[in-house]
Amino acid sequence: MDYVLAALVGCFVALGVYLLLSRSLIRMLLGLVILGNGVNLLIFTAGRLTLQVAPIVPPGLDQPEGPIANPLPQALILTAIVIGFAMFSFLLVLAFRTYQSLDADNTDTMRLAEPVDAPQPPLSY
Amino acid sequence: MNTIIFRTIAPLIVATMLVFSIYVCLRGHNEPGGGFIGGLIGASAIAVLGMATSATHARKALYFDPLSFAGFGVLLAGLTGLISIFNDNPFMTSIWLYLELGESTVPLSTPLVFDIGVYLVVFGTISSIALGLESDEGEEP
Amino acid sequence: MAAPDLSAAMIETATLPTDWVVVLPLVLALMGAALLLIVRQSRGLSFVLALVSVLAIIACEITLLLQIFANGPVSMTMGKWLPPFGISFTADAFGASFALAAAVVTLVVLIYAEPEQPASVGGGSFYALVLLLLAGVTGSFLTGDLFNLYVWFEVLLIASFGLMVLGGRAIQLDGTVKYGFLNFLATTVFLLSLGLLYGLLGTLNMADVLRVAPQANPAAMAGVAALMLLAFGMKAAAFPVNAWLPASYHTPPAAISALMAGLLTKVGIYALLRTLVAVLPATRDLLEPVLIIIAIATLLIGPLGAIAETNLRRAMGFIVIGGIGAVMAGIALPNLAAISGAGLYIFHAMLTMTALYLVAGLIERFTGQTDTRQMGGLYAANAPLSVLFLVLVLAAAGVPPTLGFWPKLLLLQGGLEMGGWIGGLLVSALLLNAVLTLIAGTRLWAHMFWRAAPAEAVPVDRLPILPLHWLGTGVLFAMIVAAGLWPNPMLEVVRSGAADMLDPARYIAAVGLAGVTP
Repeated sequence: MDYVLAALVGCFVALGVYLLLSRSLIRMLLGLVILGNGVNLLIFTAGRLTLQVAPIVPPGLDQPEGPIANPLPQALILTAIVIGFAMFSFLLVLAFRTYQSLDADNTDTMRLAEPVDAPQPPLSY
Repeated sequence: MNTIIFRTIAPLIVATMLVFSIYVCLRGHNEPGGGFIGGLIGASAIAVLGMATSATHARKALYFDPLSFAGFGVLLAGLTGLISIFNDNPFMTSIWLYLELGESTVPLSTPLVFDIGVYLVVFGTISSIALGLESDEGEEP
Repeated sequence: MAAPDLSAAMIETATLPTDWVVVLPLVLALMGAALLLIVRQSRGLSFVLALVSVLAIIACEITLLLQIFANGPVSMTMGKWLPPFGISFTADAFGASFALAAAVVTLVVLIYAEPEQPASVGGGSFYALVLLLLAGVTGSFLTGDLFNLYVWFEVLLIASFGLMVLGGRAIQLDGTVKYGFLNFLATTVFLLSLGLLYGLLGTLNMADVLRVAPQANPAAMAGVAALMLLAFGMKAAAFPVNAWLPASYHTPPAAISALMAGLLTKVGIYALLRTLVAVLPATRDLLEPVLIIIAIATLLIGPLGAIAETNLRRAMGFIVIGGIGAVMAGIALPNLAAISGAGLYIFHAMLTMTALYLVAGLIERFTGQTDTRQMGGLYAANAPLSVLFLVLVLAAAGVPPTLGFWPKLLLLQGGLEMGGWIGGLLVSALLLNAVLTLIAGTRLWAHMFWRAAPAEAVPVDRLPILPLHWLGTGVLFAMIVAAGLWPNPMLEVVRSGAADMLDPARYIAAVGLAGVTP
């Protein structure tokens, strides 16, 4: 099972990198999201996969009776998902506003901050 | 999004979702649920309201600015963490209070208040983003 | 229900109230940001509240620094759980002094930016975002847990996004797109390395990682460290991944870009210093050739870019990159002198780079231009400005009577102690960087202040320099000059911080993992 998930993580990361290499902002954004999901799956796999019961302590006991699944990766992934979601929504709004005001989705035409045809710097002191 | 069916049903959906979001938030301590998911449900209720009426109307219905809800949530969550300074424990140590009400015991705790803080943070931020996207000239989140 | 035996998982001794100074700066910043979010409709109230919060944070951090100086690193683990289970906040001399510098820089920027905030409704959102940024920066400096470091990185990232687009001019959107996408990618790569590290070691507490790392497979650990190098290198704008910085830092208003230039790249390079030198020292040795190449390339590319640049604040951006190279040189040279030099350089760069951007903002206000080709004759028009700029440029280059001289001296000492051709290479790169920075800085100075004023073709809107601008810049300037003339306290602080980084016994003991066998 670990190998299947590892291969899946590999696919996610490959797809994310492929989309990130695009010039279109929306594709880059989708690439970042897919990359983030790949990373989350990686944390999940790295926390060791078990087929045991959910990590919930039964009522009336202080600790679980038998072996349980590792609860920590879930906490890490949940945090990462929340943060990734906030970032994604911010960048989505940003890409939309940029499209509205610069009329550009292609990063090559987005040269307001770094003008392409800037004159050479002066040679004198 | 402007059909009469949607506009008629929307207030009912919104009210149900808001109540359900509080239910999910409170049940979260022992069962699946919690402040985060509750806040998301509450924020989607506000998003539905914004779609059915208008972002301005939804803001007016909220009375306070959505981001102020988020700020208040952080403040609440931070304060619950600070309480444990008074009994020589590190930051964020939970404190429990068992209220005996007749036959049943109601457990009150700082994690519960913390969770309500999380609810408010998520509710405020997500509604602010959703309303910002719905209005024509909204501000950045 | 009988009380269970929890001694294996819970802290059972009482926590001293003095330990709270580790978390208080962070909690104050976060709650200050929350309060400011609520009152952000009122600009005046926001300003006062922000000032009060930052002053309280500074007071806490001074207490923390004094305590560390007396008793060694201070640590607190959340929620009474024993260290590897609970999230630890651990501060040594490096973390505490950088957090203090960050708070001071924030205070100065708050004062400087006050007259620039719009009087309209919502004019206080700047203050809420600045406090949120400070919370992220303080958290990154004081945390003792790698996953928590990731969370604070994201907090400061969100706040910096908000600050960068504040005002919403088209050029800002352009800059934020480049800044935002690349930095989000960097934190995702960092998260990737954390996932692998957790899979290898089963822990992310820095002190615990330090204990169990030697048992892991060195090749796999080298992969993790390489990913961290990439992630933090992107954050810090080190050589191959530095292009986003000069593309974005000049777009927001001067006060905001000053705050970013002072804080953000320094957090990135501090995280690299902490993870590679203090937490994974064996792995750092494997990456040493790469670190040396990155350090030399960053040292040279920064000032060379600044020489070829005519936009004032973009040129400053290249100088910031050159400074990152100096810290990278410290990371590449693992001895006491070089690590203290790197630490002092981070401290110096926080103050000096912020001051440089603030002065650049004053020059832009005074001339109404952003390009040095259209400036000139400023020496006659505004002599104090020229003195400020010249001294700060000398500090950035590391010329003796300024603060910038001492970290360069320590780094050179470290390079000479290292010896061999590697030490010689790094020493020559550091010296070359100083010369090139000096050329770039004096060239800008000559163009703006010394050359005759060009004939004004188009009328520009000049803005007055207000008393609060002078106050903010002056306070920072005085601190840089004073610390340069009397560097002993800072030298002692960084020596103690570097000693704790190279010999982590005190750090591990502070977290409470000293006697535990892995």
